[in-house]
Amino acid sequence: MKITRKILVYLVLAIGAVIMVFPFFWMIVSSLKTAAEVNTTPPTFWPSRLVFENYVYAFTKAPFVTYFINSVIVTGCCVACTLFTTILASFAFSRLRFPGRDILFSLLLAMMMIPFEMLIITNYTTVVHMGLIDTLAALIIPFTSSIFYTYILRNFFLAIPDSLYYSARVDGASDWQYLWRVMVPIAKPALVTIGLLDAITCWNSFLWSVLVTNSREVRTLPFGLYSFMTTSGIRYERLMAAATIVVVPMIILFIFCRKSIVTGVSRGGLKG
Amino acid sequence: MTEGRLPRRRVDTAKLTPRTFWEPLLFLAPFLVGLIIFTVYPFINVFALSFKQDYNLLTQAFSGYGFDNYKTIFADPNFANALRNTGIYVAVVVPISTALSLLAASLLNSDIRLKGLFQTCYFLPMVTSITAVGLVWKWMFNYDYGIINYFLSLFGVNAINWLNNPQYNLAALIIYGIWDMMPMTIILLLSGYQNINPQYYTAAKADGAKTWCIFRRITLPLLAPTLGLTMIINIIYASKVFTELFPLFNGKPGSAYSLYTVVYYLYDMFYNKWQLGPASASAVVLFAIVLVLTIIQLYIQRNWKNY
Repeated sequence: MKITRKILVYLVLAIGAVIMVFPFFWMIVSSLKTAAEVNTTPPTFWPSRLVFENYVYAFTKAPFVTYFINSVIVTGCCVACTLFTTILASFAFSRLRFPGRDILFSLLLAMMMIPFEMLIITNYTTVVHMGLIDTLAALIIPFTSSIFYTYILRNFFLAIPDSLYYSARVDGASDWQYLWRVMVPIAKPALVTIGLLDAITCWNSFLWSVLVTNSREVRTLPFGLYSFMTTSGIRYERLMAAATIVVVPMIILFIFCRKSIVTGVSRGGLKG
Repeated sequence: MTEGRLPRRRVDTAKLTPRTFWEPLLFLAPFLVGLIIFTVYPFINVFALSFKQDYNLLTQAFSGYGFDNYKTIFADPNFANALRNTGIYVAVVVPISTALSLLAASLLNSDIRLKGLFQTCYFLPMVTSITAVGLVWKWMFNYDYGIINYFLSLFGVNAINWLNNPQYNLAALIIYGIWDMMPMTIILLLSGYQNINPQYYTAAKADGAKTWCIFRRITLPLLAPTLGLTMIINIIYASKVFTELFPLFNGKPGSAYSLYTVVYYLYDMFYNKWQLGPASASAVVLFAIVLVLTIIQLYIQRNWKNY
């Protein structure tokens, strides 16, 4: 009885796991097949001959290297800027005292429910007026402030005991020095989580890139992949190779940082 | 998203002095500048735009304020179609994916080996781009050589034209949506499991309670707040379904333009048709939907917190 139940648990878990992972498996397997083998019935579950020409094709026919570099630049800048503004704002909301602090913070929490999609119309016009249309800056500048991350970090900062602050001040440290030398090192786990969540969101962002970028030189990977699909025709072995290029960096990131990412998501942090 | 109430540890009794003004302002400035330009201003502006009649994008001229834009969208069959599709999508995807996630979470929470490996498998879809993975689903939904039709053929089901027959477009979107929503739901539910005191289970087992009975009488009631919260988060997320349409239907709302969603309608009115008034009105409707759902969410959190 006990053993049959155990087997049943593992069986259900395994079936579920296979369904969740199957699209990724199928993407990679299809990308390694020849055009003839992709379009066969019944399908083969492992390429009879491993070919890498689809990757070569994707890299030569579309500037995936440029897309990749753009994605890295945009993601890196977004994460750096967001962390900077988040750290400073969280410090003000947790350590500094000023009139109206809690009212302002409640107001920010209420603003968390504004869906980004409703802001695109005006933000598009703003970006046009700033003369940033079709530049990488347009993909970075609107995303430097996050209420949600500030909320997480402020709560983390509030848990740091006051005594540390007073002893640092007695030793002659300014608020600025205390923040960067004491609080930031202590809050490293929270900062890693925030950085990872922001990196994932930036890397995968699609709608905004479609709106504000146009030329090949400033496309990021998801938009580059989409335009690769619409311009070079539906050849699934090639499309799967291109999709693999987009997806693999995040899979690697996830495998190495699973715990931090899961902690962040369990607070409701991903996908808006 | 999580807690609405502020910890009342330090009440702000600070008086306004140069010190309590300049220093916080400098610390907050980088954050507030971005927020005001790209969240506060556009939020206010979209309401204004939605009431401006005959708005001209180039001259920024308009004939007056009124409800014309709202009348336009509510008379537009595409908007009705968008509301209907989004409604069906939410009503089907959220309960199914929550139920499946509840099963997965309860198994993942039990005493099993290889927990890390299983978690990696279940959580993987969460970090990957909707555009890239959507393309994989497009390939799997392929009529002639797609793997899904192949699996169906093993059970004697005839090939379904998922992506080109408008009858099945929504079904394809829903299947992909369920798969896509599960990882986040499982994580939220697992964090709810963490809050259940294991002593309840020890006591129930000592009394000889059966597994189903334990689930029904202990797990489910104690998990109810998390479950309610998760469903609301999922409903809000599902109401914004949009990006999936690009890889699946080449950027069209379904193969016969019958699969509009609320956000797609907003995007279409704005970016393809440049009708800023109706686009803004639909943005306000989207906000109203999210607002109502968020109020329900806060209500649930406040009342179910201390079960």
